[in-house]
Amino acid sequence: MMTTRPLIPSVPTRTDGPFSAAYAQLESREQAVAPAWLTALRRAGNAHFCELGFPTTDHEEWRFTNVAPIAALPTHSPEKREVDRSELERFTFGQMPTYRVVFIDGSFSTTLSSSELLDEGVEIHSLKTAAQSNLGWVQKHLGQYARADENAFVALNTSMMEEGAAIRIKANQHVKTPIHLLFVSTSNQTGATTHPRVLIVAERGSEARILESYESLTDGSTLTNAVTEIVMEEASHLEHCRLQQESTSAYHVGTVHAHQSRSSNLITHSISMGARIARVNINPVLDAEGCECVMNGLYVVDGDQLVDHHTAIHHAKPRCNSHEFYHGILDGNSQGVFNGKIFVRPDAQKTDAKQTNRNLLLSDGATIQTKPQLEIFADDVKCTHGATVGQLQEEAVFYLRARGIGKEAARRMLVHAFASDIINRISIEPVRVELDQIMFDLFERERSA
Amino acid sequence: MLEIKNLHAQVEGKKILKGLDLRIQPGEVHAIMGPNGSGKSTLAQVLAGRNEYEVTEGEVLYNGHNLLDLEPEERAREGVFLAFQYPVEIPGVNSTYFLKAAFNEVRKHRGEPELDALDFLSLVKEKMKVLELPQSLLNRPVNEGFSGGEKKRNEIFQMAVLEPKLAILDETDSGLDIDALRLVAEGVNKLKRPDNSQLIITHYQRLLDYIVPDFVHVLYDGKIIKTGGKQLALDLEERGYDWLLEEYRAQTPSQQPSLAGAR
Repeated sequence: MMTTRPLIPSVPTRTDGPFSAAYAQLESREQAVAPAWLTALRRAGNAHFCELGFPTTDHEEWRFTNVAPIAALPTHSPEKREVDRSELERFTFGQMPTYRVVFIDGSFSTTLSSSELLDEGVEIHSLKTAAQSNLGWVQKHLGQYARADENAFVALNTSMMEEGAAIRIKANQHVKTPIHLLFVSTSNQTGATTHPRVLIVAERGSEARILESYESLTDGSTLTNAVTEIVMEEASHLEHCRLQQESTSAYHVGTVHAHQSRSSNLITHSISMGARIARVNINPVLDAEGCECVMNGLYVVDGDQLVDHHTAIHHAKPRCNSHEFYHGILDGNSQGVFNGKIFVRPDAQKTDAKQTNRNLLLSDGATIQTKPQLEIFADDVKCTHGATVGQLQEEAVFYLRARGIGKEAARRMLVHAFASDIINRISIEPVRVELDQIMFDLFERERSA
Repeated sequence: MLEIKNLHAQVEGKKILKGLDLRIQPGEVHAIMGPNGSGKSTLAQVLAGRNEYEVTEGEVLYNGHNLLDLEPEERAREGVFLAFQYPVEIPGVNSTYFLKAAFNEVRKHRGEPELDALDFLSLVKEKMKVLELPQSLLNRPVNEGFSGGEKKRNEIFQMAVLEPKLAILDETDSGLDIDALRLVAEGVNKLKRPDNSQLIITHYQRLLDYIVPDFVHVLYDGKIIKTGGKQLALDLEERGYDWLLEEYRAQTPSQQPSLAGAR
């Protein structure tokens, strides 16, 4: 079904509010140092943000996610805080060999990040450094894909972008060591805000795995508003894993926008467990023939958490495949939203698109809104979608019980399995193993007698 | 071992078992045959404890205890094993993890110490050889992506690990090619001991070429209408069920059950 809305319902951006003040501060601070192109990008972002304003629940894309608490935050840059390496141990997946880039409250930390880069196939810069040194590929791609004109949070991020990572996987290079971007919030101040920005350019024929994780050290009502742009050149392969485990008082908005060229292969994972309100947008554009895109997602929430995934996959050219698997486990009074769009443009014949969203509600108070949204303008395509909401499969429970496993244990095992089914798709082994352990502790161990 | 007396069971209000009697002694192998819809699988499900099947009359004694009072997991721990006709795929549950959990539940119930991962793995690998199952299966989710034959062999493999006292094989032969059938049958035969029993439910005689039963029962219209030795299975293979059904109807002229599905 086509939905067109002539007006964008939103709260007008107050020109005297803290979000505007934060932009004004950044602009004056950066006036002398920022390259003109970056200033122009930010300015355009700000103009879009002023025009769009924070969306209200009258906005089709935000019907079930009320961002009023975010709009009301006294946003400000977090105070600088020193973090010891030992405090990060629980976020680093044991001794995982990785190129780690650490951001503390939005600022790049030289001391906590990997000191040397042994692989010649990859360039990793802090975004600030990359912009100030006017790296051509950064200038070329930054801000060209994520839609500041459509999404207020992307616009806000663009207006405020200062730090983050710029990663270039060089042509035909296979970077075997995973790259880990670790964003840690340490502030317990309400409204402490970061706008991390990541640019990933996978050049022709390259191959890499990148993990972005978002964590908190305290339980402040912080705001993380992140945007990642991924550019995939011809025949490149990328696995991108987004892990969000911020405190349940935090607000988290994240957008991943990927642009795929011919025969490129993208795997995205979005694992969302933290935050009071978490909204994640994943938008891959399959803009040439023969692209493959797999989107995996898992959200696990409890208490008063709200988690919202909006995915939109654009099939723009023929013979592309997209497979999407999202699982949700909701307990307490938590709310979940899954909206999966598949656009198939008139050109995109022989599209094969598949979408599955399955949800387990573990309590009477938990709710899920799930909606597939297929807009297909080509006639020779294969598009399937399915969504389930409910309880565990009784046949599976009986099978386990018939082998001697108690009813409760069987149920716990199956909830854990439901989560593992998504986690097992992550190829970075230490991440997969640790996440599976987290799910085991959450569903099998904690509740056992 | 097992004594079923006048068992009546229904599912969703439909009467399926209508007074079934069966007695199995330790060490015996019994085969239950019968046309489609005669109640064979219902019997298996009732014995395993599936709660969709409601027992309305009769009793089932297992080693002197009332089996029907036990939860499915308690029956399993007491040594009742059902090899499923349609083994369930369980994505996300690792086969080894699942089997170890089941195995240790049985050990705990018997008051035996649980096995650690290493000891369990060596035991499992030993049992796998018997069924010629690939070891990679242990790292895969339970039954997920298994071929039909692999699923059935996996059931017998689980049986080999859990060492039940009473194994119920629900159409384990269906969908198997002759090589897989032979492997399954060999597996089952190796598990036969003087103190355990097997109840083989099958539609066809060919499994009984490899697993030789002490008794063959014909189930029809929810009752056992004929019991014989292994020769009975051969007769059925040769002559079909019709002659038996006619004999049965002659004895009970008031009842004219549908012949649909009978061969």
